[in-house]
Amino acid sequence: MTPAVPDLLDLRLVFVTGKGGVGKTTVAAGLAQLAAQRGKRVLACEVDAKGDLSTLFEGPPTRFAEREVAPGVFAMSMDTEASLREYLKLNLKIPVVGRIGPLAKAFDFVATAAPGVREILTVGKLCYEVREGHYDLVVVDAPATGHIIGQLAAPQAINDLVKVGLIRTQTDWMLDILSDPSRTGLVAVATPEEMPVAETLELARRVADETTVRLSAVVVNRVLPELFGRHEEQVFEALSQPPFVEALSEQAGGSVQPLMDGARLAVTMRRARSAHLQRLREGLDPTVPVLYLPYLFSRLHGLRTTRQVAAALGEELGY
Amino acid sequence: MAGPRRAPREGSVDGLLAAKEIVIACGPGGVGKTTTAAALAATAACHHGGKVLVLTIDPARRLADALGLAGQDGGGIGNTAAGGGIGNTERLIPADVFRDAGVTPRGELWAAMLDTKESWDALVRRHAPDPATRDQILANPLYRNIAGRFVQSHDYIAMERLYEIHAEGDYDLIVVDTPPTRNALDFLDAPSRMADFFSSRLLRWLIVPYRSRLVNMASKPFYQVADRILGTQFLADIAEFFILFQSMYDGFVERAESVSRLLSDRRTTFMVVSTLEATPVREAEFFANELVRRQLHLGAIVLNKVLPAYLRDPAAADVATTVHDRAAELAGALAGDPPVGDPLDPDQVRRVLEEVADSFANFRIVACREAEQQAELASTPEVLATVPFFDADIYDMAGLLRLGAKIWS
Repeated sequence: MTPAVPDLLDLRLVFVTGKGGVGKTTVAAGLAQLAAQRGKRVLACEVDAKGDLSTLFEGPPTRFAEREVAPGVFAMSMDTEASLREYLKLNLKIPVVGRIGPLAKAFDFVATAAPGVREILTVGKLCYEVREGHYDLVVVDAPATGHIIGQLAAPQAINDLVKVGLIRTQTDWMLDILSDPSRTGLVAVATPEEMPVAETLELARRVADETTVRLSAVVVNRVLPELFGRHEEQVFEALSQPPFVEALSEQAGGSVQPLMDGARLAVTMRRARSAHLQRLREGLDPTVPVLYLPYLFSRLHGLRTTRQVAAALGEELGY
Repeated sequence: MAGPRRAPREGSVDGLLAAKEIVIACGPGGVGKTTTAAALAATAACHHGGKVLVLTIDPARRLADALGLAGQDGGGIGNTAAGGGIGNTERLIPADVFRDAGVTPRGELWAAMLDTKESWDALVRRHAPDPATRDQILANPLYRNIAGRFVQSHDYIAMERLYEIHAEGDYDLIVVDTPPTRNALDFLDAPSRMADFFSSRLLRWLIVPYRSRLVNMASKPFYQVADRILGTQFLADIAEFFILFQSMYDGFVERAESVSRLLSDRRTTFMVVSTLEATPVREAEFFANELVRRQLHLGAIVLNKVLPAYLRDPAAADVATTVHDRAAELAGALAGDPPVGDPLDPDQVRRVLEEVADSFANFRIVACREAEQQAELASTPEVLATVPFFDADIYDMAGLLRLGAKIWS
């Protein structure tokens, strides 16, 4: 086992995954933004095109051809057919234009039927960008936890299924990149809630068992602030008694009951979450760094969110 | 945007579930879809009686516990065999699980988890023309990969299994929890995709050289390219797979069409489950619009983890500002002369008051944002149900029924 976990920003290829709804895309965007702010040339790739990545950089919808959405950040969305076309052009040196039509359609069929073909085109394109060194860092807004394993394991699966042929030789160098923990890493995003924590722990286990990729960090998103210290909590309990609430309400010119209820809700929510956090930490290999991002009491998501997440990530990484 | 099913109607989830035979819960991942489906099934079993089945795709261990079906390790991601005690065949939830929750249900609650691999195998066994073909298919490496591992195949098989269970006529109500994929509504197209797939000319073209030894593969540029990319053995595996599968073509297509019909049957309704966070809401809107576009019955939207309305009270917001600005002064007065109990440390009281006011202002922003999202969603379905934040996670039948009760009316 490799002793030290390389710094996240020193990797060349980072897959960001997580259960749906935990803020996977936001973290991927924040990571890309942070790396760019630190002088790197970054490719951010959306695999499960939902259009969120472009929103997070206030840019036009992403396409297969990357474009700069923020200084140093280039965004693209994965398109397996375009990836195939690029691949054929680069590797077979055949006049693609005339033949891509039926071939792509056939590929579509094969991809539906033959597992791993779609995945290999995705992973292949990403590894290709790494190999060619067009970027310092490739950040992938990868599929959700349930699907990422299939994607990361695809080169190996293809290696097992396909014994000869060009694809076979292709998977070898991909596996080299994917298996190198100094180049490739997986970041799992979770929120301090029951299911996301359970899935993250399961993912950590399966990544180790079924793929050659290393879990480089777990990002815990939406961590609620601690409202009160130990003694303050007692003070809060005292202030919540009706005579205090009445006295306060009188002086403040309106009922403070909603404020007290709101604070209690916040405390309860945080308490429930800290139990899940603890379970997460205990279940993870202690060498995997856990980064915490605060709950953002913000409006809708956009570049503002991305910058806040980048700043928080930077703080957690010690920049 | 107006649709034929958009007319607002006085309704409740109670009424909806009483009127339907199949409820399909869909929506983004991570919003409590599985738990919601189980809660509704349990509540329906209690209130409506009859036999109610909850068909889940991938339940957490906790859910299996709550249903009293624990016993195996489980709670996995993906479609692992680890179902936490719920298997591919339906199981009756023991009566004492309800008794422990203090209720005597009028009906029965059953649970089943979709095991993709097992369901595919069953499908092959049913449609294969003869035992030899069946065994060949089951042993084909591509088939094993598709059935075991691949996400797209969940879509189809989930609906197929639903059809099968419904066709047996054993249940009064079936609540289905759909796969948590982004393109979750793909399952609606899955039956027709499956039919298209097997009737495609291209597919036949692809397998020609393996059917007829007379066609020389090397003579066709397409095969040359395909061969160079994929390798001969892999192409042969693919071809074998399709040739074998074609023997089941008629059965498959007929079946796929029946599944499609069932989904648009008037006894079937769809329920979109979401929270009011930005990303899930956008996806929920997408689901709702898609269902309307496909003229499927969008019965209800269920919103989980909704923040309480008092957080949006403008008067309370004013008070929060006052408390924050005058925290020191208020703290001084209160701490020195408390209405009850011992004197308090004014500094601590000030900090607590500031935190309380701050926290209120923070949550107010989130609550206001969520309320706006909710207003937008409310125009779509027949029924909109909101569920407040629960203090604790749902870990038993009592919890499921509490959740169900919130959604019910």
